[in-house]
Amino acid sequence: MSVAPKNNSTSDDGKALTSSALAKDLISTAVITLLILIPIVAMKTVIGQGVISIVYRFGMAFALTGIVVGVRLFLHLFVWHKAPSAASKSTAASALKTVSVSETIAKYIAPGLLIFALCFPVFTFFHPIWDKRVMDLAVYILIYIMLGWGLNVVVGLAGLLDLGYVAFYAVGAYAYALLSTVYFPQWFGTGILPWAFYITLPVAGLLAATWGVVLGFPVLRLRGDYLAIVTLAFGEMIRLVLVNWFSFTNGPQGISVPKITFFGLPFKDAPGSFSDFFGIQFNRIHFYIFLYYVILTLALITYFVTKRLRRLPIGRAWEALREDEIACRSLGINTTTTKLTAFAIGAMFGGFAGSFFAARQGFVSPESFVYIESALILAIVVLGGLGSQIGIVFSAIAIMGSFELFREMDFMKAVLPSGTEPIQFRMLAVGLAMVLMMRFRPRGFVTKREPTVFLKEKKSVSGDLVAEGHG
Amino acid sequence: MMQWTKDPELQVQHLTMRFGGLTAIGDLSFDAGRKQITALIGPNGAGKTTVFNCITGFYKPSEGMIKLRHPDGKEFLLERMDDFIITQKAKVARTFQNIRLFSGMTLLENLMVAQHNTLMRASGFTIGGIFGSGHFKRAENEAIEKCKYWLDKVNLTERADDAAGDLPYGAQRRLEIARAMCTNPRLLCLDEPAAGLNPRESDELNKLLLSIRDDHNMAILLIEHDMSVVMGISDHIVVLDYGRKIADGTPNEIKNDPAVIRAYLGVEEDENEVAIGNVKVADLVNEGLTVHADVSTRTMPKISAAPKKPVAKKAAAKKAAAKKGGRK
Repeated sequence: MSVAPKNNSTSDDGKALTSSALAKDLISTAVITLLILIPIVAMKTVIGQGVISIVYRFGMAFALTGIVVGVRLFLHLFVWHKAPSAASKSTAASALKTVSVSETIAKYIAPGLLIFALCFPVFTFFHPIWDKRVMDLAVYILIYIMLGWGLNVVVGLAGLLDLGYVAFYAVGAYAYALLSTVYFPQWFGTGILPWAFYITLPVAGLLAATWGVVLGFPVLRLRGDYLAIVTLAFGEMIRLVLVNWFSFTNGPQGISVPKITFFGLPFKDAPGSFSDFFGIQFNRIHFYIFLYYVILTLALITYFVTKRLRRLPIGRAWEALREDEIACRSLGINTTTTKLTAFAIGAMFGGFAGSFFAARQGFVSPESFVYIESALILAIVVLGGLGSQIGIVFSAIAIMGSFELFREMDFMKAVLPSGTEPIQFRMLAVGLAMVLMMRFRPRGFVTKREPTVFLKEKKSVSGDLVAEGHG
Repeated sequence: MMQWTKDPELQVQHLTMRFGGLTAIGDLSFDAGRKQITALIGPNGAGKTTVFNCITGFYKPSEGMIKLRHPDGKEFLLERMDDFIITQKAKVARTFQNIRLFSGMTLLENLMVAQHNTLMRASGFTIGGIFGSGHFKRAENEAIEKCKYWLDKVNLTERADDAAGDLPYGAQRRLEIARAMCTNPRLLCLDEPAAGLNPRESDELNKLLLSIRDDHNMAILLIEHDMSVVMGISDHIVVLDYGRKIADGTPNEIKNDPAVIRAYLGVEEDENEVAIGNVKVADLVNEGLTVHADVSTRTMPKISAAPKKPVAKKAAAKKAAAKKGGRK
């Protein structure tokens, strides 16, 4: 910390705050940079003699992180805060300055991520070693980002703790599975099958939304812990119905469903397929890239619709509901419909994601919709920062990405007890990480709330003032 | 005949609210006039907030009728309506004794939430809003203009983009009034708006309330302990004690009403010494209230229906006073 002494020489109390803020900023920079660098720099896949292996380059990742932090420190000292000694303003002024710096960064995070996400599959052409497994992982993470964004409507905005969110995911998946394998062939003939996903998607969303309302009605009067318990039970009920209603759902054996097609063109090495139609070499990666763009579109729809809803009266009513339900009623807001719309819209996005999940897997079974999935999605939302959409992206990458990371950590075997795989410790590690996170950043990655409307200047609201909702 | 009985905005008739065996309000009737400030006063625990909760639908009264009469002739029976419908249709807005702002939202957002129903209709119940209809944009701009007007009115324009939870106490009280006014009410119910304000702030509050009454033709119903506010601005005062009305009249009448003095000062059994029953008595005395010598000579009515609260000697005396006041 080269700044601290310099600051202390000019002023006493005010500068201590800035240097600690600066340190915090640099540490978070390092963490974010590492998060980004670990998948793209620290792990390099190398094709050998018929096998693909991963080369770890953690040293390089750390060096790059060091450079980023150094440049940022330089910018802090000489570009963003020109001559901190000359501008020895009040504590408040310097605190405001740092806020504005972090806000300018925040402004570029979302567009940056969007561009990165759009270009991501293009990298596969430049790095042919980035095989379908990387694309599949990206798809997998995007599903959880989308689920996180969907649950964020219910938990983050409306403040209704929902522990059974995976039920709507299951409804979406089974809606696709049953409609595409049983009902569509029955009603419209098998010709409809390649298009099944596109027709089923809205239906699955609507069905899930209906179930959201069905869940919403009985729990309208419940709050907090009681609400959480009932939603938990609801999630389990849906799963148990799927397991036991053998004649309808095929029980625990699950259902094989047609995979997604490119608007009717299947991905396979045969005439009439995607590669045949466009006259290109068949490659499995096309399927994964297409999946990636489909889920990216769905996730972006979730993102922008939610963002829009926040600025509409309904979204403001959700947030007001989280802040104070009684005050809402005193202002003439019908809290019943407000809660139900939150449940319905959150569930709808869950349904879309479920339907996509089924079309990606080509197989659904109740096993995919266990309670731990709900808990994971909730953990993503809480870790990201309640109500924050960008935070959810980072927490989904951190949690789901680290799960995958554990599969690769063969070097860990040296320290682990013999006969165990690193993957078996993933929950332990993620749990520990969450405990630490909640100790040092109890409100998640992004603690600030962005106001939906402003007169002169948009000021973020400190997380301490924002209520978490009481159900 | 006082003005408020001729063409009342709000008629409360035989209102009774029981919580199990406890009668919080017993057979209360009063009227609140149009364009008038009606104050509801009484010692702690007299049932004032319960009356408010009945009027605004947070409680369903056990008996009685609460009728709101709009100037255009529409009438609403509030005891039959849900709380949010009362604000939506009957146009009654309220504030709370313990401030209930949306503290994590900015001042502007707080006032925008108050215009939820108007904006909801304009946004075509969200569907039009999602696709960015021009109609909704215009409605939103109008709503923002309205917010600006009220922020200006309560002197908070400078802080429009700050979180409501960051405001000092007095400003939060003012914001809550502004938020209630953004729902376009006909009747504004304020539950202790001056609690915790310093003299300068409560003076500003007086001006604000008078301006709301005069410039916006509003009826205001007010619960207040601060006698400088009550005596300074109200047109009509209703005094409650143990859930019963003990007096009803203009500020001058109330100042000199023996039943009120008894309720506030308390009367001993031998009725020779006056016990100080409430801290706010000092305010009453400052306002020129005198203790009448004939307090002791008033006859005690027989105590037939004993109050259901634990009864002390003093309470029995109060009860007697209540009966007298009610008969006036």
